[in-house]
Amino acid sequence: MADKESTHHGRRDFLQLTSIAVGAVGAASFGWPLVFSMDKSAEVKALSSTELDIASIQPGQAILVKWRKKPYFVRRRTKDEISAAVKVEVASLRDPEKDSARVNSDRPEWLVVGANCTHFGCIPTGAKSTENRGEFGGFYCPCHGSHYDTSGRIRKGPAPKNLPVPPYKFVSDNILRIG
Amino acid sequence: MEKKQFDNKLVQWVDHRLPVFSYMNAEYNEFPMPKNLNYFWNFGALATVVLVTMIVTGILLAMQYTPHTTLAFGSIERIMRDVNYGWLIRYIHANGASMFFIVVYIHIFRGLYYGSYKAPRELLWMLGVVILLLMMATAFMGYVLPWGQMSYWGAQVITDFFTAIPIIGNPLTEWLRGDFVIDNATLNRFFSLHYLLPFVIVGVVALHVIALHVHGSNNPDGIDIKEPQDTIPFNPYFTAKDSVGLGVFLIIFAFFVFFAPNYLGHPDNYIEANPLATPAHIVPEWYFLPFYAILRSITFDIFFLEAKLLGVIAMGAAVMILLIVPWLDTSKVRSARYRPLYRIFFWVLLVDCIILGIVGVKSPSDLVFPGISWFDYKTLGLIGTIYYFGHFLFLMPVLGLIETPRPLPTSISKPVISLSSGGGSAPIGAAAAKKEKA
Ligand code: HEM
Ligand code: FES
Repeated sequence: MADKESTHHGRRDFLQLTSIAVGAVGAASFGWPLVFSMDKSAEVKALSSTELDIASIQPGQAILVKWRKKPYFVRRRTKDEISAAVKVEVASLRDPEKDSARVNSDRPEWLVVGANCTHFGCIPTGAKSTENRGEFGGFYCPCHGSHYDTSGRIRKGPAPKNLPVPPYKFVSDNILRIG
Repeated sequence: MEKKQFDNKLVQWVDHRLPVFSYMNAEYNEFPMPKNLNYFWNFGALATVVLVTMIVTGILLAMQYTPHTTLAFGSIERIMRDVNYGWLIRYIHANGASMFFIVVYIHIFRGLYYGSYKAPRELLWMLGVVILLLMMATAFMGYVLPWGQMSYWGAQVITDFFTAIPIIGNPLTEWLRGDFVIDNATLNRFFSLHYLLPFVIVGVVALHVIALHVHGSNNPDGIDIKEPQDTIPFNPYFTAKDSVGLGVFLIIFAFFVFFAPNYLGHPDNYIEANPLATPAHIVPEWYFLPFYAILRSITFDIFFLEAKLLGVIAMGAAVMILLIVPWLDTSKVRSARYRPLYRIFFWVLLVDCIILGIVGVKSPSDLVFPGISWFDYKTLGLIGTIYYFGHFLFLMPVLGLIETPRPLPTSISKPVISLSSGGGSAPIGAAAAKKEKA
């Protein structure tokens, strides 16, 4: 009798555990659509590229364009700005990257970088040469005081990373395509 | 035969089946309160009144508001100009958020002064911290709804906090926003949650009060209730006292609503959101300033931890540390009245929080005193941050060990009776309040 009962207990425990396990898997597989519904929807994710005519951008100036809804700087650098960016001791940087790794080697005058500060995403000033460009002549983020150089690299302030370089190419002399 | 508590037959009938009347009677009418409570015990009731005010005005605003990026800003302007008394309802709601925070901050500092977080009220205190967190989330999301410049860039900066988390930071942030950037998906979910969370707060407030009524209110002497003479019933004594405080509070509230409705707000929020231009000087609402100062004060990496992540951790920890205060304080004595050292440092902490608040509005590189070039607001913020955490992590445990508390009164009624020459309990309560102010 006692034996029989304990066998029953074993069976019951097994049944109980397996039904809890199956129930948990079922609940989780219902939970996932709920969680995932909050993520980017298909029409937001639909890839696109942005093309723009860069002929009108003057040396030393930048414009803001949007690609995949995010803002990017397209800046035509002056000779001085390029040499300032190249001269920097890469090892001394917070996020060490050579200028040559951040621009198209055929056309180093063009700097194309994300325009959201890598700290908390404000848009730095410095697109126009009349705006504050910070201590390194690139961009300055007013929100918490991050300074970027003329290669869009973080030089001073709380931001951890360089402004990101998106995939882009020059489809003709004057047409730039991001994406 | 059991004694009938109520005369009315209908009330008896209902109460026999659903004891709401005996519950209200026990918890809000006869409930025994320490008789020495001062006006700092008004603030829980005040917070409840503001919560109800926020819910009522919020529901009315939601009937007029449109949660869409292209329409939200215009719908607020419509509320302000065309909706009947829309300006009033919106100004009550917008200033009500500030009133809510000032009331709750005073309520919290009251708890810190009189040791209301100590056993057996630890869970009561922790539920309070949960309410504070929910309020912060609610207020932040509400501030995004008008879709002004500060709404947008506040949302940008605050959701970007999550990008500081290693590896999953970016996908998590995009999931929270429902988009690569702050956009309509974000605005819609913030509206949904802004509607929901106040009701969650109501639920947690209910738990807070249930926990409170297990052991009853703490009191300015921080000693337990020992005998019936120590207490007076909630009604009419504290309904009356709370009403006095409520009157004063509503005058202050009304002053802001009618005479300075935008004083606590930021003018840039009357400019519609522009995703391509960050305002030159973004600041959060005043009630987040000390936390914002803590966030910004950390501008250096520690080992492999980036400054950005450390700043976010410090800011979160500044609130979360309140959760463990009951265990950080080693003193057995509750009230700072009888703790000569803690009492001093309590005020220093309060001043520190105010200084952090000032640092939060200043530009980090501005000088505190013109002429002292190393002493900028960033440095002051760092000192304030270190002191803030030092208070909880160092002073609280150590003071309890080294301090000699003053002798505690043997009961709540004893010291009071020896002060005044007899008399009824109501004037005695008033005498205790006066003594507190001196
Ligand atoms: C815990 C209570 C609440 C707090 C702390 C709170 C806080 C806020 C804040 C700070 C704003 C921005 C005010 C402005 O600058 O215009 C706001 C707006 C708003 N809230 Fe609330 N709220 C609360 C409860 C509610 C509730 C229950 C609703 C109901 C659905 C609601 C609906 C709205 C709406 C529609 C707006 C946009 C209109 C406006 O900006 O004036 N709120 N809230
Ligand atoms: S967002 Fe640019 S420095 Fe903080």
